[in-house]
Amino acid sequence: MKYWHLVTANLRRHKLRTALTILSVALALFLFASLRSVVTTLHTNSQFGGARRLVAMNKTGIVFILPVSYANKIKGLRGVRSVSWANWFGGKYGENARDFFPKFAIDPESYLGMYPEIKLPEDQKQAFLRERTAALVGKGIADKFGWKVDQNITIQGTIFPGDWTFTIRGIYEPSDPAIGDNVMFFHHEYFDERLGHAGIAGWFVVEINNADSAAAVAKEIDDQFQNSSAATKTGTEKEFQAGFATMLGNVSLLMGAIGTAVVFAILLITANAMMMSASERTGEVAVMKTIGFSNRTVFTLVLVEAGVIALAGAVIGLGVAKGFYPLIKFQGFGFLPGFNVTPLTMLWGLLLALGLMLASGLVPAMRAARLPIVQALRRVE
Amino acid sequence: MALVEIRDVYKSFQRDTQRIDVFTGLTIDMEAGSFTALMGPSGSGKSTLLNLIAGLDKPTSGVVRVAGAEVSAMSPGELAAWRARNIGFVFQSFNLLPVLTAYQNVELPLLLTHLSGKERVERVRIALDVVGLGDRGDHYPRQLSGGQEQRTAIARAIVADPTVILLDEPTGQLDAKSSQEVLTLLQRLNKEFNKTIVIVTHDAHAAERAKMTLHLEKGDLVEKRAAVSGAAR
Repeated sequence: MKYWHLVTANLRRHKLRTALTILSVALALFLFASLRSVVTTLHTNSQFGGARRLVAMNKTGIVFILPVSYANKIKGLRGVRSVSWANWFGGKYGENARDFFPKFAIDPESYLGMYPEIKLPEDQKQAFLRERTAALVGKGIADKFGWKVDQNITIQGTIFPGDWTFTIRGIYEPSDPAIGDNVMFFHHEYFDERLGHAGIAGWFVVEINNADSAAAVAKEIDDQFQNSSAATKTGTEKEFQAGFATMLGNVSLLMGAIGTAVVFAILLITANAMMMSASERTGEVAVMKTIGFSNRTVFTLVLVEAGVIALAGAVIGLGVAKGFYPLIKFQGFGFLPGFNVTPLTMLWGLLLALGLMLASGLVPAMRAARLPIVQALRRVE
Repeated sequence: MALVEIRDVYKSFQRDTQRIDVFTGLTIDMEAGSFTALMGPSGSGKSTLLNLIAGLDKPTSGVVRVAGAEVSAMSPGELAAWRARNIGFVFQSFNLLPVLTAYQNVELPLLLTHLSGKERVERVRIALDVVGLGDRGDHYPRQLSGGQEQRTAIARAIVADPTVILLDEPTGQLDAKSSQEVLTLLQRLNKEFNKTIVIVTHDAHAAERAKMTLHLEKGDLVEKRAAVSGAAR
């Protein structure tokens, strides 16, 4: 393009301003990509769940407990193949809050039997099953903390106080990213013992014989405990994940609203900078038109200039988002396993950049194109 | 037939509620190869006449014709293309684009042609040589003196080989020495390259270099004087 040097020359006119404008766009698009990825990851994770797995939790809410003795009663129901249970543990490893990862006390044999997505070597699996204080950790956190099999680690309890020491006997890799490679599992038996045999479970996972009977079995479970001290609410694992995602979804909605406002404010500032840059050159545009540059050429030049800024910002902002999160293995501190900036998010980011180009370039481009030459020259002459 | 024909041109401006008549039936002819100076007091319509010839402005009525083309009847798009081919314009305050080098400034009108990159390089080199700035092509306007800036502007005006070169007070911001250099250059362009030149000036010395001087007053042509032999040195 023979006019290209005109575009680049104008961009170099105020190098600092151009650089800051590009960085503003980059920041806006980085924020956009990040926030949208939170939403898409939550959505993807809410779709996770085996068709033959149900989850029964306390009807009042996920933070309330159920008696572990329910397991036997559920197991006895028609259509149920097996039952497992788990507890959210909380706890922290090290002093840095950023080092948080989810920890679950599980009934190991039944749980691993129900989740073939948790992949680990058979010898490690057997070692984990055998030992009451054994832990199974995801490869993500093992790599992060440099953990090896047979290493002892101590977790400081938060919900359940005290120092909890475990021996890592297995390192798993999930076949489904929604499982996350940053989770630690340990024996519910050890958990129960430390709590003085409290006999509590956070939720039950119920494997059924036939996916078509999910609704009937769920109803039967809930009916069973309807009049007990802790009634249950049972649904498919997908519904459970979706409910969990909805809980986080409200947070993400708030984040999204604030984020959108921030992105929009940055875009307005950027558009303003671009418009100022174009209006400063009124005289030069008049000179170019005197030389014979058509309205259309002038319009295109101003718009391309805005486009270069928007595109450069998009490449930096979206590129950093795409490269940065995998580099730090970001998983939303355990709440967003499989966090990923999808190609669709990148595409939306590019469309946003295109919109920015039009929003910030169109008005000055039209002004430049419609500029009456004589009046404009009178101002500079 | 004259190269520039101004026929019964009326031009008026509206300023607030007041109508200002600049021309009321002006008729002027300028021949091909002429060197015409437009003189007159401020507000006499010199610059307006230049703008009408360049197609930057339109007459309220009447006809402006340049090289047979009726400029006053063209659309904005046609005018832009026509100006690129036929008009070289030089401003009082040079109006070079500060972000471009002298070479790139001179090249601007050629970007609107179908010339190849190699042909453009050759044309720009010739134009800069003609104005004596062959070695200043890579200088930015801020690195040039006022006289050099104006000579660069003249190179920009002649590089596309236009039909007419129009200059609006080209020596208005120059010192005496630079003014003489610019005027000598214009004379050379007129004599050696047979360029048709119209210059607006307040400076009688500058007007002396022209072959013909037109005096305007309140939009009327009050005097038309050919240079006496030897005056147009």
